[in-house]
Amino acid sequence: MQSHRASDRLLTIYLGLFLLYLFLPLVVMAAATFNTSRFPTVTPWLGTTTRWFEALYNDAGMWVALKNSFIIGFFVIVVSVPLGVAAAMVLNGVHAKARGFLYAVMVSPLLTPGVIIGISTLVFWDRLGVKGGLHLAVIGQSSFITAYVMLMVLARLQRFDSSLEEAALDLGASHGQVFRRILAPHLKPAIISGAVLAFFQSFENYNTTLFTRGTDTTLTIYIASKVRTGLTPAVNALGLILIAVTVAGAVAYEIMRRRESARERAAEKAAEQEQMSALQLA
Amino acid sequence: MSELFRRYGTGMALAMLSGVAIWVLAMVVLPYFVMVEYSFHPNLTVVEMGGPKDHYTLENYASLFRGIDLVNLEFPDDFRVFLRTLWGATLVTFICLVVCYPVAYYLAKVATPERASFLLLILVIPFWINEILRTFSWYIMLAYSGPLNIILKALGIIDAPVRWLSGSGGVLIGMTYAFLLFMMFPLYNALETLDRNQVEAARDLGAPTWRIHWRVVIPHAKPGIAVGCIMVFVLAASSYVVPALLGSPGTRWFTETIYSWFFEAQNWPRGSAYAFILLGLCVAFILTMMRVFKVGLTDIAK
Repeated sequence: MQSHRASDRLLTIYLGLFLLYLFLPLVVMAAATFNTSRFPTVTPWLGTTTRWFEALYNDAGMWVALKNSFIIGFFVIVVSVPLGVAAAMVLNGVHAKARGFLYAVMVSPLLTPGVIIGISTLVFWDRLGVKGGLHLAVIGQSSFITAYVMLMVLARLQRFDSSLEEAALDLGASHGQVFRRILAPHLKPAIISGAVLAFFQSFENYNTTLFTRGTDTTLTIYIASKVRTGLTPAVNALGLILIAVTVAGAVAYEIMRRRESARERAAEKAAEQEQMSALQLA
Repeated sequence: MSELFRRYGTGMALAMLSGVAIWVLAMVVLPYFVMVEYSFHPNLTVVEMGGPKDHYTLENYASLFRGIDLVNLEFPDDFRVFLRTLWGATLVTFICLVVCYPVAYYLAKVATPERASFLLLILVIPFWINEILRTFSWYIMLAYSGPLNIILKALGIIDAPVRWLSGSGGVLIGMTYAFLLFMMFPLYNALETLDRNQVEAARDLGAPTWRIHWRVVIPHAKPGIAVGCIMVFVLAASSYVVPALLGSPGTRWFTETIYSWFFEAQNWPRGSAYAFILLGLCVAFILTMMRVFKVGLTDIAK
């Protein structure tokens, strides 16, 4: 028993070191924003300043890159959400034999390295006479982001009671009505989180964008090129802002997700109890 | 298929099917085929395409291997980069597995549920932060007069500062850091389903801790290990940003070679061939892991 407790303590120490390893670099990067030093560092500390935020604000290149990232993210949602929903519905409706194969093809972009998705998109469209640019970045990114949306919608779709559809059709509803009034409301949470994830994936993408961007710059491309040429703590300022936004977003998303699954568990429990009491009555 | 039409009506079923066709064919399958087909062409100008010089060739693939001298162990540049990428990605995968295993075990089996749930939330945060920023943070950490050298010196581990960014060390450290959590979550998910009683039973029967892990915990974690290794290996082998930011000319990665064939040498067929070789490497690794650990595609997509 003694050794058991000792190994647990060892594990706790290890966990502490692990968390330090995970967060120390991010803290250092954030802290370097406020150092007067022209090269981003915390050692030595030359004096505290907020002028690097100003430098970032005055950098026109950053604003162009930010705008491009938003444009691409918006169109990736426009492309990947409808395609992802359609793919999930088709996958759910085809024969079991075809399903396995189709599923493998559809999730394959998730296992394909991003650079290769970028290259194949670039080569394919070049042969059709389309050059790189924001539009090609949208196409390249959507090819794998659609798979994420598809998986999220599919998970929700599999918990859908299709007898509701049957009932509505029997009662004379049109197919369009069934979709709008029954299926779409059921899928709504998955569609919304799919859209959020799609934007996020697009915004932080680098590998696919690198090959498809043509001469356009997105925020990730901008950061990478700044680190190699013209690095100042203004890059840290941008990193700090992005981290703050990401952390706030991630925490909100995580809390929402947990609340959602807690609600579903509660609903399942209630349904179970209802069934039990029905059985008892019988 | 007929079920689709019955359930959603002709109009919607057709719309859905054409959407899927656009995605699967025009955005996934055809680009791969075109890239592969292109890689068997010589590098020609637009005018020469379709002309007498335009014939299928294996040259773009052969060029990677040409000049390999197994007797004197001499390798051409591109092939050396390929080997470095293969070896580096394998090493990063292994390091991630070793580093993550104790943490995943702690989260899944030792910590109380409340604590585990809080820690998971904490661990998700760096996972959400951009890969480039995570890499950039190590660029600062690893600088010659940066925090890491100062810490290691203060602890007495090193006598003089290390030039991390001019050797492979920086790239390996950065990749481990960037992809660590892709190992953590599959491992945690697999370990979470392990029945604590099995560990207790093994302990009661007198098994030492290492044997409990070797015979009970690790076999149970196999699917998680497989998925984690696949994720990390593919990400590491195809990473561009980490070697670009933390590497030097002497630590070139295969993705950088591909990039320069495309945009510096303007030899797209060669770049396509190398991209296909990289894809082949990743697919080979995935299939090997799936075979060795007996996991299916559905386990991975989770």
